[in-house]
Amino acid sequence: MLRFIVRRALQLIPTLGGLSILLFVWLQRLPGGPEYALLPDDATEEQREALRRALGLDEPFTVQYLAFLRRIAQGDLGASLQTGRPVLTEFWTRFPATFELSVTAMLIAVSVGVPLGYLAARRRGSALDFAAIGGSLLGICTPVFFLAFILKVIFAETLGWLPSAFRLSPGLTRTDITGFVLLDAVMTREWDVVWDGLVHLVLPGLALASIPLAVIVRMTRASVLEVLGEDYVRTADAKGLHRRTVRTRHVMRNAMLPVVTAVGLLTGSLFAGAVLTESVFAFPGIGSFVYSSTQERDYPALTGFILLIATMYVFINLLVDISYSLLDPRVRAQ
Amino acid sequence: MSSSTPLLSVDELSVVFRRRGAEATRAVDGVSFTLEEGRVTGLVGESGCGKSVTSLALMGLLPERGVTVGGSAVLRLPDGDVDLLSLPRRRMRDLRGSQMAMIFQDPLSSLNPVVPIGRQVTEILRRHRGLGGERARREAADLLYRVGIPDPTRRLREYPHQLSGGMRQRALIAMAVACRPRLMIADEPTTALDVTIQAQILELLRDLVTEEGTALLMITHDLGVVAGLCDDINVLYAGRAVERAPRSELFSDPTHPYTIGLLGSIPRLDAPRGDPLTPVRGSVNDNIAWSDGCAFAPRCDHYAMDCLQGPPELVGAAGGGAHVHRCVNPGGAARAEPEEAAGAAGADTGPEGASDAETGADDGAEHTAAVGEDEEGRA
Repeated sequence: MLRFIVRRALQLIPTLGGLSILLFVWLQRLPGGPEYALLPDDATEEQREALRRALGLDEPFTVQYLAFLRRIAQGDLGASLQTGRPVLTEFWTRFPATFELSVTAMLIAVSVGVPLGYLAARRRGSALDFAAIGGSLLGICTPVFFLAFILKVIFAETLGWLPSAFRLSPGLTRTDITGFVLLDAVMTREWDVVWDGLVHLVLPGLALASIPLAVIVRMTRASVLEVLGEDYVRTADAKGLHRRTVRTRHVMRNAMLPVVTAVGLLTGSLFAGAVLTESVFAFPGIGSFVYSSTQERDYPALTGFILLIATMYVFINLLVDISYSLLDPRVRAQ
Repeated sequence: MSSSTPLLSVDELSVVFRRRGAEATRAVDGVSFTLEEGRVTGLVGESGCGKSVTSLALMGLLPERGVTVGGSAVLRLPDGDVDLLSLPRRRMRDLRGSQMAMIFQDPLSSLNPVVPIGRQVTEILRRHRGLGGERARREAADLLYRVGIPDPTRRLREYPHQLSGGMRQRALIAMAVACRPRLMIADEPTTALDVTIQAQILELLRDLVTEEGTALLMITHDLGVVAGLCDDINVLYAGRAVERAPRSELFSDPTHPYTIGLLGSIPRLDAPRGDPLTPVRGSVNDNIAWSDGCAFAPRCDHYAMDCLQGPPELVGAAGGGAHVHRCVNPGGAARAEPEEAAGAAGADTGPEGASDAETGADDGAEHTAAVGEDEEGRA
């Protein structure tokens, strides 16, 4: 088991290496280098050339790339053009909100999607099955920002049941320890903050959950249908086991394997969807910042955020692989 | 045959599958037989004759929707007789695994790949015998040892993919016998195994029947298995029994043309090389409904107009006694010589075609040198 984890972790090195090369090439390819951004428009070509040399931009590709890697390794991702503060600082002030939102969305998607997919499979061809399939098709087709907008209009602005924007109600004070609102509030026992933080997560969480939910429903349904036809389920029935045991130990344990993989892949789409959802709900996560960075051509911020999110994605999939190998002994053996 | 009441009496069992937009299929069409304690009864026939469906119907494992089961199957239990076909599903779950058990064809796909062998054995002990924890584990190790799995405590921790084919089937047999069932059904338990392993598994089943007094229903298309293991044999064709006889009589004096054809299609070691095999001509799809006459008539070498005058009854064969067949015109068939048929049964291919090399229990080991086996050398 440990050997599997180590081997799988070592595979991250080439992945992250490739990622850094891609990002670096992307940076180099951007129109208008720093010699245009930093010098006034009327600077001469000699002045630009001098600056390029001073910044090391005339060095060969590999030398520049290694310098880039060295800076990343030191945690230096440059400064945001919008705020002038280090990109890493900007990231860590915003990431906790996005993380809480993504986890909420994934919890909704899994806790609703898996049971729904299971029921749809058990009652194949029933009204529930058709509703689940149709609903998930709708969920996949509806653009996240559109759904977010509809939810906001109905539940926040018309019915007034839920707040329409922000991470917390204005005027509410909280103790900041880690940056994660819910975690801090639980640690300091500020229960009003916990409640307020949860309430603010409902609408954006639902909007963001729509696509993963739809995928998980369909995936679970297809997977359960397949497993129900397996010989070992018939063996379990032939042993006279209780239906509950057959369902949990023999059907669901096997049916969950592809769903676990899907959850890992879906986290990628969650971060992408967060950008749009957060904009609609004025949610102070990385999404809104990435959105404004794109508008302002804040390349250092964009590069840094892409690097950090991609790294996180790679690590989440490492966790998924490890949990997969815990669930399926055949993977460990390979 | 013993004269006591049989353990299980199956009477006019029928199974009809209905699918929306398709004609109903009569997979089993009035099969009757009995099982006795300590005896092995064979259900023989080619693919599609309804033998597997019969076993699933008895176990209550057919799907709920789209299936109609008729007839009765009365199982004698200590606290009275029950009809398996009309029992509530919950009650069937109590009987399955404890009073009746089943062994399936493909041991790899019949085991849950992500649950350790030990768990798959102990879960049945917990369910029916209330054993838990260390006691269940000790009993499971005992069971594995009894079915011939070496180093059982280690095997309990392993997963199905870490076991060889023969060991997997042994593990499944261990689960089947875990609660000392009175009735055991084995559906082609050796089809997926190497020839030597086949012989070992059959020997194990035979021993279990002898030691525990279990009634075993052996479902197979392999006449070699039948010759080596079964005490009584039912030959099925198109969902109905066409001949029933004790083993020695069926092999020495088959009377139904279909049985004769099956025995004649077996390759024989004493036949000259290059002699073509004699298959049963046509395929199982070339039949007529039993209600119109004998379903086998279109493939039969000597059918007469009598054969198409309504369904033939099961009647006593020439030899008399327990030997019955469903044929109105049994005469004129070329009969297999008794000695040759019994000898040939060891190296049969079954009725499904003369090409698969399956070997029965009697002399399987003789043929294995070139084939190899897979019991050893895996871990």
